[in-house]
Amino acid sequence: MGNQQKVFINPHLPQTRVSNWVLFRHDTFATIGLIILLLIFMLALLNPIIAGNPNLQDATAQLIPPSWNEDGTPDHLLGTDMLGRDMFGRILSGASLTIGTSVIVVMLALILGIPLGVFAATSASMVQLLIMRTMDILLAIPSLVLSIIVVAILGPGLMNAGIAVTLVLLPNFVRLTRSYILEELNKPYVTAARLDGASPSRIIFKIISPNVAAPLIIHTTISLSTAIVDIAALGFLGLGAQAPLPEWGSMLSEARTSMYVAPWAVTTPGLAIFITVLSINLVGDGLNTAINSKSRN
Amino acid sequence: MIKLILRQLFFVITTFFGVTLITFYLQTLAPNTGEEQQYSEYIARVFQGDLGVSSSTRTPVSEEFLAHLPASVELVVLASTLALFIGLPLGIVSAINHRKPTDLIINYTSLTAYSMPIFWWGIILIMFFSLNLGVTPVAGRLSFLFDIEPVTGFILIDTFISKEPYHMDAFKDAIHHLTLPVLVLATMPTAIIARMARQTMLETLANDYMLTAQAKGLSKFKIYWVHGLRNALIPFTNMLVLQISTLMTGAMLTEYLFSLPGIGKWILDALEKSDFQSLQGGILITTTLVIFINAIIEMLQTWLNPKRLKRTRIYNG
Repeated sequence: MGNQQKVFINPHLPQTRVSNWVLFRHDTFATIGLIILLLIFMLALLNPIIAGNPNLQDATAQLIPPSWNEDGTPDHLLGTDMLGRDMFGRILSGASLTIGTSVIVVMLALILGIPLGVFAATSASMVQLLIMRTMDILLAIPSLVLSIIVVAILGPGLMNAGIAVTLVLLPNFVRLTRSYILEELNKPYVTAARLDGASPSRIIFKIISPNVAAPLIIHTTISLSTAIVDIAALGFLGLGAQAPLPEWGSMLSEARTSMYVAPWAVTTPGLAIFITVLSINLVGDGLNTAINSKSRN
Repeated sequence: MIKLILRQLFFVITTFFGVTLITFYLQTLAPNTGEEQQYSEYIARVFQGDLGVSSSTRTPVSEEFLAHLPASVELVVLASTLALFIGLPLGIVSAINHRKPTDLIINYTSLTAYSMPIFWWGIILIMFFSLNLGVTPVAGRLSFLFDIEPVTGFILIDTFISKEPYHMDAFKDAIHHLTLPVLVLATMPTAIIARMARQTMLETLANDYMLTAQAKGLSKFKIYWVHGLRNALIPFTNMLVLQISTLMTGAMLTEYLFSLPGIGKWILDALEKSDFQSLQGGILITTTLVIFINAIIEMLQTWLNPKRLKRTRIYNG
């Protein structure tokens, strides 16, 4: 009896989550990305405490280059812009604005998209058709054009840019959720559960969901980087956050006019976007490799 | 096959009408044009090719669109060709050298390029090449010194076929003006293509028939570039279609950045001037074009690879 039981129970087989984490941790670049990302998130969260007023203008300290430049001062680590505002403080405040908005946007797309996707996968064909056609229409419109439509109707602003980007992200969440669920529904383990008498809701939420979660997590990560770039792009075009707000994209567009005299005011907000997006993408790439390399073996 | 065409047709028509609902609403936002318009009248006019008159330039929107189209097409075609020619080989080389230094370098370089916000990347290149080195112009399509009559609207063709004595200088100048925008726009697609090519190639290389090819004693070149590439191209092109929207967004931002008179710049200008007639017209035509291109590629792919028919029936309802 004792021997037979060992055939079924392998005490050394780690849980999926644990083994994914092990694979991820061995990916040096992904780990570096995760550490940088956590640091940036911490700065964004702590920003209201550590950073001062980002719009404070100092007429005596205009256009000071970054501190490593010979004309720079230690008071302004990343220099100041045309109005004498401290770039470092503005970039810190921008972290909460740009990243915070993006996180909210992705959460919204997730909260709306997954139920719609589940609904589209399991409901009658007419409802399905209606949901999927609406999503197809949203998907057919190039993302920036869709944002322009939203801004044309609601007017420019950070919140409206957020709504626009939510609409850009939504269709992919719905489509992915639906297609993953449909794919899993055809697999033998689901049939087995169904034969066991599992209810449809149990099949979706208990039996399929762990297998659908992994690709959706990867997609959420990718969506976060898309959201950051899109929100910043709208700010840059003057359609998103408006001028005095230290949103990274609108900072870039504001500094663009003084590109000749203060190149650092252009490079630093862009660099902030770039580093954030790069570290998110490194994490996403690492997750992708960890999860996919396992399913391949 | 007929069923497939019908389904694509149904898709195109429903999407088109969905978009017209949005653009009709946009049109009603215009400050009072005198008469109230019904949706049915709007549709009837759209089908006659009448998209209204721009409120800022007083020319028909369809004419405006055609005037701005060539600059965009030129930019997008050049950039995507460049991206394909650099990205595809990079991705394949990366996959062949899986987990070797070459692969790591290509993979992480492309991830870095992919993470670059295009508007920032463009500004950096402008600052470096135009302001510091002074090798490329900052904006526009052609120096004001040249007076070239627009025939096709494509600046490279127009300057080339022009009868003016200085037309070759103008041609060179046009190339100078286009270099930086094309480079900026091509960066992200190159990275995306390299990554997609790498991924699909890796999946293909994992198949049993690749082992068979090796066992048969085929040369490495034949194994990778003939057997591997051919089979990887199908999933690759499928993924490529999804990138059309990314490319359009990138093109719009590039046009804005370099003041190129393309569709993207036109639409953004229309929004700034609250020219809702141009805005709805531009959005309607652009989106319709994207829908058509998607539908045609979809049909072509299914025709080339009938296996898709079975799959789309299950997943795409």
